[in-house]
Amino acid sequence: MIVDLPGTTTAAVNKYLVKLRHDIGAMTLGRVLTMVIVVNESESEEAIEGANDASRQHPCRIIALISGEKNGASRLDAQIRVGGDAGASEVVVLRLYGALASHGDSVLVPLLLPDSPVVAWWPKDAPLNVAESAVGQMAQRRITDAAEASDPQAEMKRRADNYQPGDTDLAWTRITLWRGLLAAALDQPPYEPVLEANVAGASDSPSADLMAGWLAQALQCPVSRTRTPPGTGVTSVRLTRPSGDTDLLRPDGAVATLSPPGQPVRRISLARRELAECLADELHRLDPDEVYARTLTQGLAMMEAPTHKLSGMQQAEPPAAPDEESPS
Amino acid sequence: MKPTAVTQGQNPLRDPQDKRLPRIAGPCSLVLFGVTGDLAHNKIMPALYDLANRGLLPPSFSLVGFARRDWTHENFTKIVRESVRAHARTPFHDEVWRNLAEGFRFVSGTFDDADAFDALRQTLQDLDEERGTSGNHVFYLSIPPAYFSTVTQQLDRSNLSRGAEGAWQRVVIEKPFGHDLASARELNSAVGAVFASDSIFRIDHYLGKETVQNLLALRFANQMFEPIWNANYVDHVQITMAEDIGIAGRAGYYDGIGAARDVIQNHLLQLLALTAMEEPVSFGARNLRAEKEKVLSAVRLPDDLSTSTVRGQYAQGWQGGEQVIGFLEEDGIKASSTTETYAALKVEIDTRRWAGVPFYLRTGKRLGKRVTEIAVVFKRAPHLPFDATATEELGQNAIVIRVQPDEGVTMRFGSKVPGNAMEVRDVTMDFGYGSSFTESSPEAYERLILDVMLGDPPLFPRHEEVELAWQILDPVEEFWATQGRPDPYPAGGWGPECADDMMRRDGRTWRKP
Repeated sequence: MIVDLPGTTTAAVNKYLVKLRHDIGAMTLGRVLTMVIVVNESESEEAIEGANDASRQHPCRIIALISGEKNGASRLDAQIRVGGDAGASEVVVLRLYGALASHGDSVLVPLLLPDSPVVAWWPKDAPLNVAESAVGQMAQRRITDAAEASDPQAEMKRRADNYQPGDTDLAWTRITLWRGLLAAALDQPPYEPVLEANVAGASDSPSADLMAGWLAQALQCPVSRTRTPPGTGVTSVRLTRPSGDTDLLRPDGAVATLSPPGQPVRRISLARRELAECLADELHRLDPDEVYARTLTQGLAMMEAPTHKLSGMQQAEPPAAPDEESPS
Repeated sequence: MKPTAVTQGQNPLRDPQDKRLPRIAGPCSLVLFGVTGDLAHNKIMPALYDLANRGLLPPSFSLVGFARRDWTHENFTKIVRESVRAHARTPFHDEVWRNLAEGFRFVSGTFDDADAFDALRQTLQDLDEERGTSGNHVFYLSIPPAYFSTVTQQLDRSNLSRGAEGAWQRVVIEKPFGHDLASARELNSAVGAVFASDSIFRIDHYLGKETVQNLLALRFANQMFEPIWNANYVDHVQITMAEDIGIAGRAGYYDGIGAARDVIQNHLLQLLALTAMEEPVSFGARNLRAEKEKVLSAVRLPDDLSTSTVRGQYAQGWQGGEQVIGFLEEDGIKASSTTETYAALKVEIDTRRWAGVPFYLRTGKRLGKRVTEIAVVFKRAPHLPFDATATEELGQNAIVIRVQPDEGVTMRFGSKVPGNAMEVRDVTMDFGYGSSFTESSPEAYERLILDVMLGDPPLFPRHEEVELAWQILDPVEEFWATQGRPDPYPAGGWGPECADDMMRRDGRTWRKP
């Protein structure tokens, strides 16, 4: 069910939400958090859909804050979606025009669920300092997505410079399963220190940079980074130990192989994670992610300069494109 | 820069602060006995696919089916595929499936066929070499308990129960864990003779359910419930597991077992233990079991079992718009069967916390609807400063943990009815995981199978708990054996009249869940 409330106020929206609750049943009562999406008109539908899917695991109220034309009179257009059109959530889409477009936070305050966490998500471009931004200040958890930014590397640097507890990035969420597999590989014998590591991934992949930073920071060993053509994501991780190399390879973006030294190659599905899955993952824990913080603020800086030498990994061979300096 | 040390138990990539890192089990294969059974088809195989889909299965996980059928690996793969297509919770992805199916093998044979077990050993060795399953094996006995000892002896004979250095062998068994104390001990010694007690995982799928685990969170993570969770405030506790289905073709299993052995001995007494136990020192397996065992050992049956136990048998009737036959008319049930399909029981717990608080347990088939819940019903307020007429409709406060379906928690308390007269009536306040939430939250079997592969035992009852539960139930079964036929009750209702009489004698009533 979709209800349009053009030229309205937040009081009217609130009233309508309460009315819907009475008419349809206990809508917001079981919702555990409010999720604010700060987004442009053109990307809003995709973002709302992703949030809806994620809300199947974490029932929430989704508020999409869309800034429209800044010239002209201030106006607030609202749209409420519940039931079949909103997954397990209730969606409030707020379109802001005129001077109001720069004061999105003011329309948020009355619509946040009482005494429950607020999660803010910038699907595309995020403010320079998300924690200090008007919406960011209201949120316990601030989700950015460096991979979607126009310059992912510069974006990662901005996140690192301005990190505040509660910040997180979907580029980090996307490598959770990789990290899980690598950790599980070190759970098995031989129990030897990792002497060096290599991460191959797209030159524009902040996930690959974070992976390298994470390994560098946790293993305290030199980590090199091989750059593959843009858009390929993370393609391989190699951990070098005295008894040999452990390779986790995902050439096709779907199935990976894990080759521990002296043992048969093991295969496992390792598909790229969908947006909804990543978001649901982010909503799982709302406390600051210390490991992300360390990776971002210390790990990235520990990485070595990019390297090309990699034997037996043809698919991970870097393109002719010029290498960029690794982000500091 | 000196690289961080890696040792067994110290993995620099596993930071305790890294709470999002998934737990992925080490390489292993799972041998499934009872491939053709309902449980394998409806629960186990779909759960394996769902785990694979979520990326939680170890790399090169392999599944070996063992059954008497004359199947090839392809036949077996087809069977698993059908089960996954029909029952998996997560969407079907060809890549995930292809990758998973590469590790499927089938071994044909009977449980007493030594050659078949040698072939099984060979298959597992091949898998270790080809796919790197590292000699770690789970033996899932989804078969009638009568075969447990045959199978475990064969596993022992073919050296499958003893792994190589550093590898583990675990065995998973399903209820029923015997039909009385003596048979439970026999069963345990049969399996225990071959596998160490730490390697035996008994699945009670209720313990894998989110709401049951949430019961621990509700009680021990909050300040507002535990202070009133005792005899000072609690009047009584009702634990209900109602099913709307009949015995549905399981006559062979059900006849002679009955509702009490099938449900009360395991599920309901486990729920009772979690509801009534003291706070464990930690949620580690040892401490959790210690508390459960303590409270189970304090459970006492009333002296007069004729007034504190009830059994019934469903008769024909109308259930949810459908006319259904009675238990005695079911296929494979003798007209003289005294097996109960409804059982209710009152027990007390001899501890300071629960002295004088009865726990009523009931379960039955062909009842009004399918529901499992724990209701903690509180005493009335000691003084009501209202006119007698104002509180006529006020019942007792209650906290209800809804285990299934519609998982969540309900609280019931009095509230003023709007209007100028003072009138107080019961209202309920709901916490629901929400229907959509449960759809995406892991099935109990996923959690439990993963825990077996990780060797994480807190959610699995040990044989001590099983034996304590039989000690509680055995006298009741012995008493019932002398009492002739169970009382009939019409299908689609809430059990026999005498169950209501039992509550009425105590001045209480059953909740209508």
